[in-house]
Amino acid sequence: MSTIHHRRRRGLALIGAIAAATLVLSACTNGSSSDDGANSTVDKSNTDNDKSGDKVVIGFSAPAADHGWMGAITKNAVAQAKQYDDIDLKVAEGTNDVNLQISQVETFINDKVDAIVLLPFDGAAMTAVARKAMDAGIIVINVDREFDSPFAARTTVLGDNYGMGVSAGTYVCDKANGDKNKVVAEIAGIDSLPLTQDRSRGFKDALTKCGLKVNNRVAAEFTVESGEKAASNLLQAAPKIDYLWNHDDDQGVGVLAAIKNANRKEFVMIGGAGSANVMRAIKADNTVLKATVIYPSTQAADAIKLARLLVQKKSMSDLSEIEVPRELKLSAPVVTKDNVDTYLKSAFES
Amino acid sequence: MSATDTSTTLPSTAGRGGGSLGVARNLGLVIALVLLCVVGIITSGDRFASTDNMLTILRLAAVIGVVSIGMTFVITGGGIDLSVGAIVALSSVWATTTGTQSMADDFGWIVMVFSAVIVGTACGVVNGVLIAYGKIVPFIATLAMLASARGLAEIIADRKTQIITDQGFTDFFGAEPLGIPMIVIIFALVTLVGWFLLNRTTFGRRTFAVGGNPEAARLAGIKVQRHTVYLYALLGTTCGIAAVMLMSRTTTGSSTHGLGYELDAIAAVVIGGTLLSGGRGTVIGTLFGVIIFTTLTNVFTLNNLSTSAQAVAKGVIIVVAVLLQQRIADRKT
Repeated sequence: MSTIHHRRRRGLALIGAIAAATLVLSACTNGSSSDDGANSTVDKSNTDNDKSGDKVVIGFSAPAADHGWMGAITKNAVAQAKQYDDIDLKVAEGTNDVNLQISQVETFINDKVDAIVLLPFDGAAMTAVARKAMDAGIIVINVDREFDSPFAARTTVLGDNYGMGVSAGTYVCDKANGDKNKVVAEIAGIDSLPLTQDRSRGFKDALTKCGLKVNNRVAAEFTVESGEKAASNLLQAAPKIDYLWNHDDDQGVGVLAAIKNANRKEFVMIGGAGSANVMRAIKADNTVLKATVIYPSTQAADAIKLARLLVQKKSMSDLSEIEVPRELKLSAPVVTKDNVDTYLKSAFES
Repeated sequence: MSATDTSTTLPSTAGRGGGSLGVARNLGLVIALVLLCVVGIITSGDRFASTDNMLTILRLAAVIGVVSIGMTFVITGGGIDLSVGAIVALSSVWATTTGTQSMADDFGWIVMVFSAVIVGTACGVVNGVLIAYGKIVPFIATLAMLASARGLAEIIADRKTQIITDQGFTDFFGAEPLGIPMIVIIFALVTLVGWFLLNRTTFGRRTFAVGGNPEAARLAGIKVQRHTVYLYALLGTTCGIAAVMLMSRTTTGSSTHGLGYELDAIAAVVIGGTLLSGGRGTVIGTLFGVIIFTTLTNVFTLNNLSTSAQAVAKGVIIVVAVLLQQRIADRKT
């Protein structure tokens, strides 16, 4: 575990200020996003950033909560806003219809909100209207799915898909401990999405470093049903597996069902995204699930905090830089039985 | 000859579509819309009753509105089309491939508009031929189109979002002559043409006749099969226009465009007062249906209300509207 953290830190240190921000942010959100929300953020801050300031009106729009992770995005954002009495959060209906999402942003522009936190259903499709908002003097924070123009957002908060693959691969290497004959399998998400390709590339790159490769790979579609189908095929194809990485914990429910049906126990399974179910299974330690890699569902919550800082013209207290950074890439740590209690608080229910 | 004959031999069916009944039904819709606006003004005041907000509502209504006008014709003609959203997606993808876009560079952005409209119309023709000549139930034929058109869109786009690089295209459709957004103007034009076509032409009269009683229509000399193909082709064309509007709004073409449009369009048409079984239809009613749903969405957004509450409200409105419609129809006949 410690080697992973060292490697991660070393890698991230290269990005300089952003890396520092990443660590600070993930530390903050782990404490603050839980629902019962004890104000742990206040303890951590060494400036008066969390003190009530000028009123900030923030518009928030995200896709429909059709899977656990997406549901948690909005829930965490709302919970975060509630911790500040100077934030007035306007939450628009979650939608997968870009036409409707555009009109929600137009409404925010009409309302002359101070900032907009936007997780687009489709980054490219929302670029034009986000730019319109920026032109109207509204601070736009882009979350998770990037716009295709740098002019469309003041700051972008992202998860680290490539990093997820690296974290999972490094964990496997660690466990394999130099044995190059281990069989590694991978169940990916929707294969044509850039995020899936990034995750797979990171996984492959990390495995290559210790002489391992992906022996069997199938793709599912992030849903429980597709996970079950893909996993049963995979288990048929590979009679013996040592390590299995599943990209997504929502589809993982189906993957686990297939494993149970096939009565297989010989391998170690690593999850992805970090759902509460999976973390509880890791904690109980009675299934093949021994680890998962986090894709933070607190991105929008962080975006709310950043929007507030930007509108109130404050800087990030733990950076020497005056301005809030242009981009924040959140870390993708590995969760195991040893550190599961730290992360379970911020996990999402699938 | 049959053209003039038809309009005179079937006055009763057609007359009911736009006659006194239509006025009464539209009156209910006006009341519903006014009530919604009152709620909007009470809860959001100037935020609701501003010009900017009205334009926001109309821009949102424009895309689904154009599809709904086309849907009015198909439903009036006794059919149904579940594939409209998928056709919008396919048209938007086809019109934004690198091939089409490089052609647009050479010949102007009008190429993109034409390809979207042609692809939409072609899909409509396929639907119509399958239904009229293949004798496949509309529900099934268009369900098949829904699956295959969206699948084809995914294959062509490789599930990626295709970005429109032509500045002329986005400038033209993003323009606001006299302060009115271009897509709202297009919506208004489509509505006008639709109203004229349905109420003032033999094409419209035949549509009522085919929807009301296909056998009688055939005996009256209408080529029912050919007319059915026309109706679906017309809806396909409006889907192509909607795709162009969506492309201008998002500056992209994508296989995920138009998700769920079939249900939104059918709901708007039905609460507008068009009979789902055909034979009676109103373009003005559909216009109100679309505006009512978009205003509802707007009022909910302005008041920070949740998805789930909005879905419930939509459901209730559909049921109440249809119940009212039946009461009014009973009283008048």
